[in-house]
Amino acid sequence: MKQSMYTVTSNRPLARDVYGMKLAGDTSAITAPGQFVNIRLDGLFLRRPLSVCDWEADSLTLIYKVVGQGTARLSAMMPGEVLDLLTGLGNGYDMSVSGQAPLLLGGGVGVPPLYGLCRRLVAEGKRPIAVLGFNSREDVFYAEEFAALGVPVTVTTADGSEGVPGFVTDALPEAGDYTHFYTCGPEPMLRAVYRATVTDGQFSFEERMGCGFGACMGCSCHTVTGNKRICKEGPVLRKGEILWQK
Amino acid sequence: MAEMKPQTAGRDTSVTLSGLTLDNPVIPASGTFGYGYEFAELYDINCLGSFSFKGTTKEPRFGNPTPRIADCTAGMINSVGLQNPGLDRVIREELPRLRTCFHKPVIANVCGFSFEEYAEVAAALDKEEQVGLLEINVSCPNVHGGGMGFGICPDTAAEVTRRVKAVTRKPVYIKLSPNVTDIVSIARACEAAGADGISMINTLLGMRIDLRTRKPTVANRMGGFSGPAILPVALRMVYQVYEAVHIPIIGMGGVSSARDVMEMMLAGATAVEVGAANLVNPYAARDIVEELPAVMAQYGIQSLQKIIGGAHHG
Repeated sequence: MKQSMYTVTSNRPLARDVYGMKLAGDTSAITAPGQFVNIRLDGLFLRRPLSVCDWEADSLTLIYKVVGQGTARLSAMMPGEVLDLLTGLGNGYDMSVSGQAPLLLGGGVGVPPLYGLCRRLVAEGKRPIAVLGFNSREDVFYAEEFAALGVPVTVTTADGSEGVPGFVTDALPEAGDYTHFYTCGPEPMLRAVYRATVTDGQFSFEERMGCGFGACMGCSCHTVTGNKRICKEGPVLRKGEILWQK
Repeated sequence: MAEMKPQTAGRDTSVTLSGLTLDNPVIPASGTFGYGYEFAELYDINCLGSFSFKGTTKEPRFGNPTPRIADCTAGMINSVGLQNPGLDRVIREELPRLRTCFHKPVIANVCGFSFEEYAEVAAALDKEEQVGLLEINVSCPNVHGGGMGFGICPDTAAEVTRRVKAVTRKPVYIKLSPNVTDIVSIARACEAAGADGISMINTLLGMRIDLRTRKPTVANRMGGFSGPAILPVALRMVYQVYEAVHIPIIGMGGVSSARDVMEMMLAGATAVEVGAANLVNPYAARDIVEELPAVMAQYGIQSLQKIIGGAHHG
Protein backbone atom coordinates (compact mmCIF):
# COMPACT_ATOMS: atom_id res chain seq x y z
CA MET A 1 0.00 0.00 0.00
CA LYS A 2 1.10 3.50 -0.74
CA GLN A 3 -0.52 6.90 -0.30
CA SER A 4 0.30 9.60 -2.80
CA MET A 5 -1.05 12.34 -5.02
CA TYR A 6 -2.12 11.80 -8.63
CA THR A 7 -2.92 14.29 -11.38
CA VAL A 8 -5.96 13.73 -13.57
CA THR A 9 -4.80 13.66 -17.19
CA SER A 10 -8.15 12.75 -18.77
CA ASN A 11 -11.68 12.02 -17.63
CA ARG A 12 -14.25 11.26 -20.30
CA PRO A 13 -17.51 9.36 -20.78
CA LEU A 14 -17.22 5.85 -22.26
CA ALA A 15 -20.86 4.73 -22.11
CA ARG A 16 -24.09 5.64 -20.31
CA ASP A 17 -23.03 6.97 -16.85
CA VAL A 18 -19.62 5.30 -17.27
CA TYR A 19 -16.39 7.31 -17.31
CA GLY A 20 -12.76 6.53 -17.86
CA MET A 21 -10.18 8.50 -15.91
CA LYS A 22 -6.43 8.53 -16.45
CA LEU A 23 -4.17 9.64 -13.63
CA ALA A 24 -0.46 10.35 -13.58
CA GLY A 25 1.54 9.37 -10.51
CA ASP A 26 3.49 6.68 -8.71
CA THR A 27 2.06 3.20 -9.35
CA SER A 28 4.90 1.25 -7.72
CA ALA A 29 2.60 -0.20 -5.04
CA ILE A 30 0.35 -1.91 -7.61
CA THR A 31 1.48 -5.52 -7.88
CA ALA A 32 -1.39 -7.40 -9.55
CA PRO A 33 -4.39 -6.83 -11.81
CA GLY A 34 -7.62 -6.82 -9.81
CA GLN A 35 -6.21 -4.64 -7.02
CA PHE A 36 -8.00 -1.41 -6.21
CA VAL A 37 -7.33 2.17 -5.14
CA ASN A 38 -9.13 4.17 -2.43
CA ILE A 39 -9.79 7.79 -3.39
CA ARG A 40 -10.16 10.76 -1.08
CA LEU A 41 -12.68 13.32 -2.37
CA ASP A 42 -13.30 16.82 -1.03
CA GLY A 43 -16.41 17.03 1.11
CA LEU A 44 -16.79 13.28 1.57
CA PHE A 45 -15.50 11.62 4.72
CA LEU A 46 -14.72 8.07 3.65
CA ARG A 47 -12.54 7.31 0.67
CA ARG A 48 -14.16 5.63 -2.34
CA PRO A 49 -12.71 2.31 -3.54
CA LEU A 50 -12.37 1.67 -7.30
CA SER A 51 -10.72 -1.23 -9.07
CA VAL A 52 -7.76 -0.43 -11.28
CA CYS A 53 -8.47 -1.00 -14.97
CA ASP A 54 -4.86 -0.80 -16.11
CA TRP A 55 -1.58 0.79 -15.15
CA GLU A 56 1.85 1.73 -16.47
CA ALA A 57 4.96 2.78 -14.54
CA ASP A 58 3.68 6.32 -14.01
CA SER A 59 -0.03 6.27 -14.85
CA LEU A 60 -3.20 4.37 -14.14
CA THR A 61 -6.67 4.07 -15.64
CA LEU A 62 -9.88 3.89 -13.62
CA ILE A 63 -13.31 3.19 -15.08
CA TYR A 64 -16.33 3.96 -12.95
CA LYS A 65 -20.08 4.29 -13.17
CA VAL A 66 -21.79 7.29 -11.60
CA VAL A 67 -23.97 5.74 -8.90
CA GLY A 68 -23.69 8.12 -5.94
CA GLN A 69 -22.10 11.24 -4.52
CA GLY A 70 -18.52 9.99 -4.76
CA THR A 71 -18.62 8.90 -8.38
CA ALA A 72 -20.63 12.02 -9.31
CA ARG A 73 -17.87 14.17 -7.84
CA LEU A 74 -15.24 12.10 -9.64
CA SER A 75 -17.03 12.56 -12.97
CA ALA A 76 -16.83 16.36 -12.58
CA MET A 77 -13.04 16.39 -12.21
CA MET A 78 -10.99 18.14 -14.86
CA PRO A 79 -7.51 17.37 -16.21
CA GLY A 80 -4.90 18.98 -13.97
CA GLU A 81 -6.85 18.40 -10.76
CA VAL A 82 -5.12 16.36 -8.09
CA LEU A 83 -6.41 13.36 -6.14
CA ASP A 84 -5.14 11.63 -2.98
CA LEU A 85 -5.10 7.85 -3.56
CA LEU A 86 -4.16 4.80 -1.57
CA THR A 87 -2.83 2.33 -4.16
CA GLY A 88 -1.87 -1.31 -4.19
CA LEU A 89 -4.87 -2.38 -2.11
CA GLY A 90 -6.15 -5.95 -2.04
CA ASN A 91 -4.72 -9.19 -3.35
CA GLY A 92 -5.63 -9.00 -7.06
CA TYR A 93 -5.88 -11.89 -9.51
CA ASP A 94 -3.37 -14.72 -9.41
CA MET A 95 -2.11 -15.06 -12.98
CA SER A 96 0.11 -18.06 -12.28
CA VAL A 97 -2.77 -20.54 -12.44
CA SER A 98 -4.42 -19.26 -15.63
CA GLY A 99 -3.41 -22.08 -17.96
CA GLN A 100 -3.12 -21.42 -21.71
CA ALA A 101 -6.72 -20.31 -22.35
CA PRO A 102 -8.16 -18.39 -19.41
CA LEU A 103 -11.74 -17.15 -19.67
CA LEU A 104 -12.51 -13.57 -18.60
CA LEU A 105 -16.12 -12.90 -17.58
CA GLY A 106 -16.98 -9.28 -16.85
CA GLY A 107 -20.29 -7.66 -16.08
CA GLY A 108 -20.82 -3.89 -16.37
CA VAL A 109 -18.27 -1.99 -14.28
CA GLY A 110 -16.82 -5.40 -13.39
CA VAL A 111 -15.21 -5.35 -16.83
CA PRO A 112 -12.35 -2.87 -16.12
CA PRO A 113 -10.04 -4.97 -13.89
CA LEU A 114 -10.24 -7.78 -16.45
CA TYR A 115 -8.70 -5.50 -19.07
CA GLY A 116 -5.46 -5.01 -17.13
CA LEU A 117 -5.45 -8.72 -16.45
CA CYS A 118 -6.07 -9.54 -20.12
CA ARG A 119 -3.23 -7.35 -21.31
CA ARG A 120 -0.81 -9.03 -18.93
CA LEU A 121 -1.99 -12.54 -19.81
CA VAL A 122 -1.48 -11.77 -23.51
CA ALA A 123 2.00 -10.41 -22.72
CA GLU A 124 2.80 -13.75 -21.08
CA GLY A 125 1.79 -15.58 -24.28
CA LYS A 126 -1.57 -16.81 -22.97
CA ARG A 127 -4.69 -16.87 -25.16
CA PRO A 128 -7.49 -15.39 -23.08
CA ILE A 129 -11.14 -15.38 -24.18
CA ALA A 130 -13.33 -12.45 -23.09
CA VAL A 131 -17.08 -12.43 -22.51
CA LEU A 132 -18.36 -9.00 -21.52
CA GLY A 133 -21.93 -8.53 -20.31
CA PHE A 134 -23.96 -5.31 -20.22
CA ASN A 135 -27.60 -4.33 -19.78
CA SER A 136 -28.02 -2.61 -23.13
CA ARG A 137 -26.01 -1.33 -26.11
CA GLU A 138 -25.68 2.16 -24.53
CA ASP A 139 -23.81 0.53 -21.65
CA VAL A 140 -21.19 -1.31 -23.70
CA PHE A 141 -17.59 -0.16 -23.33
CA TYR A 142 -14.08 -1.53 -23.88
CA ALA A 143 -15.10 -4.33 -26.26
CA GLU A 144 -12.81 -2.78 -28.90
CA GLU A 145 -9.96 -2.37 -26.44
CA PHE A 146 -10.10 -6.09 -25.61
CA ALA A 147 -10.31 -6.93 -29.31
CA ALA A 148 -7.27 -4.75 -29.96
CA LEU A 149 -5.27 -7.07 -27.72
CA GLY A 150 -5.99 -9.83 -30.23
CA VAL A 151 -8.43 -11.57 -27.94
CA PRO A 152 -11.74 -13.15 -29.02
CA VAL A 153 -14.49 -10.99 -27.47
CA THR A 154 -18.16 -11.79 -27.07
CA VAL A 155 -20.51 -9.04 -25.90
CA THR A 156 -23.82 -9.95 -24.29
CA THR A 157 -26.68 -7.58 -23.49
CA ALA A 158 -29.58 -8.36 -21.21
CA ASP A 159 -32.04 -6.64 -23.55
CA GLY A 160 -30.52 -8.17 -26.67
CA SER A 161 -29.75 -4.77 -28.25
CA GLU A 162 -26.15 -5.78 -29.01
CA GLY A 163 -24.26 -9.06 -29.29
CA VAL A 164 -25.61 -12.23 -27.72
CA PRO A 165 -28.94 -11.68 -25.94
CA GLY A 166 -28.80 -12.59 -22.25
CA PHE A 167 -26.03 -12.77 -19.68
CA VAL A 168 -22.35 -13.75 -19.80
CA THR A 169 -23.39 -17.26 -18.78
CA ASP A 170 -25.39 -17.48 -22.04
CA ALA A 171 -22.16 -17.09 -24.02
CA LEU A 172 -19.73 -19.39 -22.23
CA PRO A 173 -17.31 -21.36 -24.40
CA GLU A 174 -17.63 -25.15 -24.45
CA ALA A 175 -16.18 -26.99 -21.48
CA GLY A 176 -12.62 -27.91 -22.38
CA ASP A 177 -12.14 -24.71 -24.36
CA TYR A 178 -10.95 -22.76 -21.29
CA THR A 179 -8.43 -23.63 -18.63
CA HIS A 180 -9.39 -21.29 -15.76
CA PHE A 181 -11.65 -18.28 -15.37
CA TYR A 182 -11.49 -14.80 -13.90
CA THR A 183 -14.66 -12.86 -13.17
CA CYS A 184 -15.87 -9.55 -11.79
CA GLY A 185 -19.38 -8.12 -11.79
CA PRO A 186 -22.59 -7.80 -9.78
CA GLU A 187 -23.21 -10.57 -7.27
CA PRO A 188 -26.13 -12.24 -9.13
CA MET A 189 -23.78 -12.61 -12.10
CA LEU A 190 -21.02 -14.04 -9.91
CA ARG A 191 -23.43 -16.62 -8.52
CA ALA A 192 -24.51 -17.60 -12.05
CA VAL A 193 -20.86 -17.86 -13.14
CA TYR A 194 -20.13 -20.03 -10.09
CA ARG A 195 -22.84 -22.48 -11.16
CA ALA A 196 -22.16 -22.43 -14.90
CA THR A 197 -18.37 -22.80 -15.03
CA VAL A 198 -16.57 -26.14 -15.11
CA THR A 199 -13.00 -25.15 -14.12
CA ASP A 200 -11.49 -23.48 -11.07
CA GLY A 201 -11.62 -19.72 -11.15
CA GLN A 202 -11.28 -16.41 -9.31
CA PHE A 203 -14.07 -14.02 -8.31
CA SER A 204 -13.66 -10.37 -7.45
CA PHE A 205 -16.14 -9.18 -4.80
CA GLU A 206 -17.49 -5.80 -3.81
CA GLU A 207 -18.35 -4.57 -0.31
CA ARG A 208 -18.83 -1.26 1.44
CA MET A 209 -15.50 -0.40 3.03
CA GLY A 210 -14.35 1.82 5.83
CA CYS A 211 -10.60 2.05 5.35
CA GLY A 212 -9.80 -0.24 2.40
CA PHE A 213 -6.56 -1.49 3.95
CA GLY A 214 -7.57 -3.98 6.61
CA ALA A 215 -7.86 -1.88 9.75
CA CYS A 216 -11.57 -1.50 10.44
CA MET A 217 -13.08 -4.94 9.73
CA GLY A 218 -15.92 -3.21 7.88
CA CYS A 219 -15.90 -5.55 4.86
CA SER A 220 -15.41 -9.00 6.37
CA CYS A 221 -16.86 -12.14 4.83
CA HIS A 222 -17.05 -15.84 5.70
CA THR A 223 -15.04 -18.23 3.54
CA VAL A 224 -14.26 -21.94 3.64
CA THR A 225 -10.83 -21.03 5.02
CA GLY A 226 -12.10 -18.62 7.70
CA ASN A 227 -13.03 -14.96 7.86
CA LYS A 228 -11.47 -12.70 5.28
CA ARG A 229 -11.42 -8.97 4.73
CA ILE A 230 -12.59 -8.16 1.19
CA CYS A 231 -10.15 -5.22 1.17
CA LYS A 232 -7.10 -7.16 2.34
CA GLU A 233 -7.32 -10.92 1.70
CA GLY A 234 -9.76 -10.11 -1.13
CA PRO A 235 -11.30 -8.68 -3.22
CA VAL A 236 -10.41 -11.81 -5.24
CA LEU A 237 -11.49 -15.17 -3.81
CA ARG A 238 -10.90 -18.61 -5.33
CA LYS A 239 -13.98 -20.58 -6.34
CA GLY A 240 -13.30 -23.27 -3.76
CA GLU A 241 -13.28 -20.92 -0.79
CA ILE A 242 -16.50 -19.00 -1.45
CA LEU A 243 -19.40 -19.37 0.98
CA TRP A 244 -22.44 -17.64 -0.50
CA GLN A 245 -24.50 -15.81 2.14
CA LYS A 246 -28.27 -15.35 2.35
CA MET B 1 15.15 20.52 11.38
CA ALA B 2 15.82 21.81 14.89
CA GLU B 3 17.51 24.87 13.41
CA MET B 4 14.56 25.56 11.14
CA LYS B 5 12.02 25.39 13.97
CA PRO B 6 13.83 26.60 17.10
CA GLN B 7 10.51 27.50 18.74
CA THR B 8 9.44 23.84 18.83
CA ALA B 9 12.58 22.65 20.60
CA GLY B 10 12.18 21.50 24.17
CA ARG B 11 8.39 21.21 24.07
CA ASP B 12 7.38 18.39 26.40
CA THR B 13 4.64 16.22 24.88
CA SER B 14 4.79 13.48 27.52
CA VAL B 15 1.83 12.64 29.74
CA THR B 16 1.34 10.17 32.58
CA LEU B 17 -1.70 7.91 32.77
CA SER B 18 -2.00 6.11 36.13
CA GLY B 19 1.78 5.78 36.42
CA LEU B 20 2.26 4.91 32.75
CA THR B 21 4.30 7.62 31.06
CA LEU B 22 3.62 8.09 27.36
CA ASP B 23 5.96 10.01 25.03
CA ASN B 24 2.90 11.85 23.78
CA PRO B 25 -0.87 11.66 24.38
CA VAL B 26 -1.75 10.29 20.93
CA ILE B 27 -3.34 6.83 20.99
CA PRO B 28 -5.10 5.24 18.00
CA ALA B 29 -8.49 4.03 19.19
CA SER B 30 -9.61 0.44 19.40
CA GLY B 31 -11.25 -0.86 16.25
CA THR B 32 -9.56 1.66 13.96
CA PHE B 33 -6.01 0.33 14.17
CA GLY B 34 -6.34 -3.47 14.24
CA TYR B 35 -3.21 -4.81 15.93
CA GLY B 36 -1.09 -2.15 14.26
CA TYR B 37 0.29 -4.23 11.39
CA GLU B 38 -1.37 -2.41 8.51
CA PHE B 39 -0.04 0.93 9.79
CA ALA B 40 3.41 -0.45 10.58
CA GLU B 41 3.73 -1.15 6.83
CA LEU B 42 3.51 2.61 6.30
CA TYR B 43 5.44 4.16 9.18
CA ASP B 44 7.17 3.31 12.43
CA ILE B 45 4.22 3.18 14.82
CA ASN B 46 6.58 3.52 17.80
CA CYS B 47 6.18 7.27 17.37
CA LEU B 48 2.74 6.92 18.99
CA GLY B 49 2.08 7.32 22.69
CA SER B 50 0.43 3.91 22.66
CA PHE B 51 -2.46 2.27 20.82
CA SER B 52 -5.59 0.45 21.85
CA PHE B 53 -5.86 -2.81 19.94
CA LYS B 54 -9.08 -4.32 18.58
CA GLY B 55 -11.57 -5.23 21.32
CA THR B 56 -11.21 -8.78 22.61
CA THR B 57 -14.03 -11.11 23.64
CA LYS B 58 -13.61 -14.58 25.12
CA GLU B 59 -14.86 -16.40 22.02
CA PRO B 60 -14.04 -15.55 18.40
CA ARG B 61 -16.69 -13.29 16.85
CA PHE B 62 -17.50 -12.66 13.19
CA GLY B 63 -19.59 -9.65 14.08
CA ASN B 64 -22.59 -8.28 12.23
CA PRO B 65 -23.66 -8.96 8.65
CA THR B 66 -22.42 -6.62 5.92
CA PRO B 67 -22.81 -3.87 4.85
CA ARG B 68 -21.34 -2.55 8.08
CA ILE B 69 -20.21 0.89 6.95
CA ALA B 70 -22.00 4.07 5.92
CA ASP B 71 -20.47 7.40 4.99
CA CYS B 72 -21.81 10.55 6.70
CA THR B 73 -21.13 14.26 6.61
CA ALA B 74 -17.86 14.66 8.56
CA GLY B 75 -18.04 11.12 9.84
CA MET B 76 -19.09 7.55 9.35
CA ILE B 77 -21.27 4.81 10.79
CA ASN B 78 -19.92 1.38 11.57
CA SER B 79 -21.73 -1.71 12.75
CA VAL B 80 -18.79 -4.10 12.82
CA GLY B 81 -20.02 -5.77 15.99
CA LEU B 82 -16.78 -6.58 17.80
CA GLN B 83 -15.31 -8.90 15.18
CA ASN B 84 -12.19 -10.42 16.74
CA PRO B 85 -10.39 -13.77 16.82
CA GLY B 86 -11.17 -14.39 20.49
CA LEU B 87 -9.01 -14.29 23.61
CA ASP B 88 -6.91 -17.41 22.95
CA ARG B 89 -5.85 -16.39 19.47
CA VAL B 90 -5.24 -12.80 20.51
CA ILE B 91 -2.78 -14.04 23.13
CA ARG B 92 -1.26 -16.81 21.02
CA GLU B 93 -1.04 -15.09 17.64
CA GLU B 94 -1.82 -11.38 17.62
CA LEU B 95 0.16 -10.14 20.64
CA PRO B 96 3.41 -11.93 19.68
CA ARG B 97 3.10 -10.41 16.18
CA LEU B 98 2.15 -6.99 17.56
CA ARG B 99 5.33 -7.11 19.65
CA THR B 100 7.42 -7.24 16.49
CA CYS B 101 6.18 -3.82 15.31
CA PHE B 102 5.34 -1.97 18.55
CA HIS B 103 7.72 -1.89 21.51
CA LYS B 104 5.84 0.27 24.03
CA PRO B 105 3.09 -0.68 26.46
CA VAL B 106 -0.15 -1.20 24.55
CA ILE B 107 -3.78 -0.77 25.63
CA ALA B 108 -5.95 -3.89 25.70
CA ASN B 109 -9.60 -3.18 24.92
CA VAL B 110 -11.84 -5.75 26.65
CA CYS B 111 -15.43 -6.59 25.71
CA GLY B 112 -17.90 -8.99 27.22
CA PHE B 113 -21.43 -10.32 27.36
CA SER B 114 -21.43 -11.16 31.08
CA PHE B 115 -19.63 -9.99 34.22
CA GLU B 116 -17.73 -13.29 34.19
CA GLU B 117 -16.56 -12.78 30.62
CA TYR B 118 -15.27 -9.27 31.34
CA ALA B 119 -13.34 -10.59 34.34
CA GLU B 120 -11.92 -13.59 32.49
CA VAL B 121 -10.74 -11.66 29.43
CA ALA B 122 -9.36 -8.82 31.54
CA ALA B 123 -7.50 -11.19 33.87
CA ALA B 124 -5.87 -12.98 30.94
CA LEU B 125 -4.82 -9.80 29.13
CA ASP B 126 -3.60 -8.26 32.41
CA LYS B 127 -0.95 -11.01 32.52
CA GLU B 128 0.42 -10.11 29.09
CA GLU B 129 3.69 -8.28 29.52
CA GLN B 130 3.14 -5.76 26.76
CA VAL B 131 -0.28 -4.70 28.00
CA GLY B 132 0.18 -1.49 29.97
CA LEU B 133 -3.43 -0.61 30.59
CA LEU B 134 -6.85 -2.22 30.27
CA GLU B 135 -9.69 -0.36 28.59
CA ILE B 136 -12.99 -2.00 29.46
CA ASN B 137 -15.57 -1.41 26.75
CA VAL B 138 -19.00 -1.22 28.36
CA SER B 139 -20.24 0.86 25.48
CA CYS B 140 -20.29 -0.93 22.13
CA PRO B 141 -23.51 0.11 20.38
CA ASN B 142 -23.35 -2.75 17.88
CA VAL B 143 -24.00 -5.87 19.91
CA HIS B 144 -27.25 -7.09 21.32
CA GLY B 145 -27.33 -8.19 24.94
CA GLY B 146 -23.80 -7.04 25.75
CA GLY B 147 -21.41 -4.16 25.59
CA MET B 148 -23.48 -1.03 25.89
CA GLY B 149 -26.02 -2.90 28.03
CA PHE B 150 -23.49 -2.77 30.88
CA GLY B 151 -22.60 0.83 30.25
CA ILE B 152 -26.03 2.44 30.25
CA CYS B 153 -26.61 2.16 33.96
CA PRO B 154 -24.32 3.16 36.84
CA ASP B 155 -24.87 -0.07 38.81
CA THR B 156 -23.86 -2.48 36.06
CA ALA B 157 -20.93 -0.30 34.94
CA ALA B 158 -19.75 -0.27 38.56
CA GLU B 159 -20.16 -4.03 38.86
CA VAL B 160 -18.07 -4.62 35.71
CA THR B 161 -15.44 -2.33 37.22
CA ARG B 162 -15.38 -4.22 40.54
CA ARG B 163 -15.20 -7.64 38.86
CA VAL B 164 -12.34 -6.55 36.62
CA LYS B 165 -10.44 -4.74 39.38
CA ALA B 166 -10.65 -7.84 41.56
CA VAL B 167 -8.68 -9.95 39.07
CA THR B 168 -6.21 -7.46 37.54
CA ARG B 169 -3.16 -5.43 38.58
CA LYS B 170 -2.78 -2.99 35.71
CA PRO B 171 -4.70 0.29 35.45
CA VAL B 172 -8.34 -0.26 34.51
CA TYR B 173 -10.07 2.40 32.40
CA ILE B 174 -13.79 2.05 31.75
CA LYS B 175 -14.82 3.10 28.24
CA LEU B 176 -18.17 4.86 28.43
CA SER B 177 -21.01 5.30 25.99
CA PRO B 178 -22.42 8.72 25.13
CA ASN B 179 -25.80 7.09 24.46
CA VAL B 180 -27.01 7.59 28.04
CA THR B 181 -29.08 10.12 29.93
CA ASP B 182 -26.31 11.06 32.37
CA ILE B 183 -22.74 10.06 31.60
CA VAL B 184 -21.49 11.83 34.73
CA SER B 185 -23.35 9.50 37.10
CA ILE B 186 -21.91 6.48 35.30
CA ALA B 187 -18.38 7.87 35.45
CA ARG B 188 -18.82 8.56 39.18
CA ALA B 189 -20.09 5.02 39.78
CA CYS B 190 -17.05 3.56 37.99
CA GLU B 191 -14.71 5.73 40.03
CA ALA B 192 -16.40 4.67 43.27
CA ALA B 193 -16.06 1.02 42.17
CA GLY B 194 -12.30 1.43 41.83
CA ALA B 195 -11.75 2.40 38.19
CA ASP B 196 -8.31 3.90 37.62
CA GLY B 197 -9.59 6.06 34.79
CA ILE B 198 -12.34 6.77 32.31
CA SER B 199 -12.07 6.37 28.56
CA MET B 200 -14.68 8.34 26.63
CA ILE B 201 -16.59 8.56 24.38
CA ASN B 202 -17.54 5.52 22.33
CA THR B 203 -19.57 6.12 19.16
CA LEU B 204 -22.97 7.77 19.05
CA LEU B 205 -25.79 5.50 17.95
CA GLY B 206 -26.81 6.56 14.47
CA MET B 207 -28.41 5.55 11.18
CA ARG B 208 -28.37 6.27 7.45
CA ILE B 209 -31.01 5.24 4.94
CA ASP B 210 -30.22 4.29 1.35
CA LEU B 211 -32.57 6.15 -0.99
CA ARG B 212 -32.34 3.45 -3.64
CA THR B 213 -33.36 0.57 -1.38
CA ARG B 214 -35.31 2.74 1.11
CA LYS B 215 -33.72 0.64 3.84
CA PRO B 216 -31.09 1.41 6.47
CA THR B 217 -27.67 1.49 4.82
CA VAL B 218 -26.02 -0.88 7.29
CA ALA B 219 -27.43 -4.38 7.64
CA ASN B 220 -27.69 -4.08 11.42
CA ARG B 221 -29.92 -1.01 10.79
CA MET B 222 -28.12 1.15 13.36
CA GLY B 223 -24.46 1.68 14.03
CA GLY B 224 -21.91 3.80 15.82
CA PHE B 225 -21.42 7.31 14.44
CA SER B 226 -17.88 8.67 14.71
CA GLY B 227 -15.63 11.18 13.03
CA PRO B 228 -15.00 14.94 13.24
CA ALA B 229 -18.74 15.70 13.53
CA ILE B 230 -18.85 14.28 17.08
CA LEU B 231 -15.89 16.25 18.50
CA PRO B 232 -18.08 18.93 20.17
CA VAL B 233 -20.22 16.26 21.87
CA ALA B 234 -17.14 14.41 23.09
CA LEU B 235 -15.50 17.60 24.35
CA ARG B 236 -18.61 18.57 26.27
CA MET B 237 -18.86 15.15 27.92
CA VAL B 238 -15.15 15.02 28.81
CA TYR B 239 -15.49 18.51 30.30
CA GLN B 240 -18.49 17.43 32.41
CA VAL B 241 -16.90 14.20 33.62
CA TYR B 242 -13.61 15.96 34.45
CA GLU B 243 -15.51 18.17 36.88
CA ALA B 244 -17.11 15.15 38.56
CA VAL B 245 -14.27 12.64 39.00
CA HIS B 246 -10.69 12.65 40.26
CA ILE B 247 -9.35 9.90 38.01
CA PRO B 248 -7.70 10.52 34.62
CA ILE B 249 -9.66 10.58 31.39
CA ILE B 250 -8.62 9.30 27.99
CA GLY B 251 -10.63 11.55 25.69
CA MET B 252 -11.81 10.61 22.23
CA GLY B 253 -14.46 11.38 19.66
CA GLY B 254 -13.71 13.00 16.31
CA VAL B 255 -10.11 13.94 17.08
CA SER B 256 -8.30 14.56 13.79
CA SER B 257 -5.57 17.13 14.47
CA ALA B 258 -3.08 18.34 17.07
CA ARG B 259 -5.43 21.23 17.81
CA ASP B 260 -8.24 18.77 18.55
CA VAL B 261 -5.87 16.90 20.89
CA MET B 262 -5.17 20.10 22.78
CA GLU B 263 -8.85 21.02 23.01
CA MET B 264 -9.56 17.58 24.41
CA MET B 265 -6.76 17.99 26.96
CA LEU B 266 -7.98 21.44 27.98
CA ALA B 267 -11.43 19.88 28.52
CA GLY B 268 -9.81 17.41 30.91
CA ALA B 269 -8.29 14.51 29.00
CA THR B 270 -4.85 13.26 30.04
CA ALA B 271 -4.42 11.34 26.80
CA VAL B 272 -6.38 11.34 23.57
CA GLU B 273 -7.49 8.58 21.24
CA VAL B 274 -7.75 9.04 17.49
CA GLY B 275 -10.31 6.83 15.77
CA ALA B 276 -12.09 7.37 12.47
CA ALA B 277 -9.32 9.69 11.22
CA ASN B 278 -7.00 6.65 10.91
CA LEU B 279 -9.34 5.04 8.41
CA VAL B 280 -9.37 8.01 6.05
CA ASN B 281 -5.74 9.00 6.42
CA PRO B 282 -3.63 6.05 7.56
CA TYR B 283 -0.94 8.54 8.59
CA ALA B 284 -3.35 10.60 10.75
CA ALA B 285 -2.01 9.55 14.17
CA ARG B 286 1.61 10.02 13.12
CA ASP B 287 0.81 13.40 11.56
CA ILE B 288 -0.82 14.54 14.82
CA VAL B 289 2.26 13.49 16.83
CA GLU B 290 4.47 15.43 14.43
CA GLU B 291 2.22 18.51 14.48
CA LEU B 292 2.07 18.75 18.27
CA PRO B 293 5.30 20.70 19.02
CA ALA B 294 4.52 23.40 16.46
CA VAL B 295 0.95 23.85 17.70
CA MET B 296 2.24 23.93 21.29
CA ALA B 297 4.69 26.63 20.28
CA GLN B 298 1.95 28.59 18.55
CA TYR B 299 -0.07 28.72 21.80
CA GLY B 300 2.89 29.13 24.13
CA ILE B 301 2.61 25.68 25.72
CA GLN B 302 5.81 24.17 27.18
CA SER B 303 4.32 20.98 28.61
CA LEU B 304 1.16 19.21 27.51
CA GLN B 305 0.73 17.57 30.92
CA LYS B 306 0.27 21.07 32.36
CA ILE B 307 -2.72 21.98 30.16
CA ILE B 308 -4.91 19.07 31.27
CA GLY B 309 -8.24 20.48 32.43
CA GLY B 310 -7.00 23.98 31.69
CA ALA B 311 -10.42 25.07 30.41
CA HIS B 312 -11.82 24.66 33.94
CA HIS B 313 -9.46 27.04 35.72
CA GLY B 314 -9.66 30.79 36.07
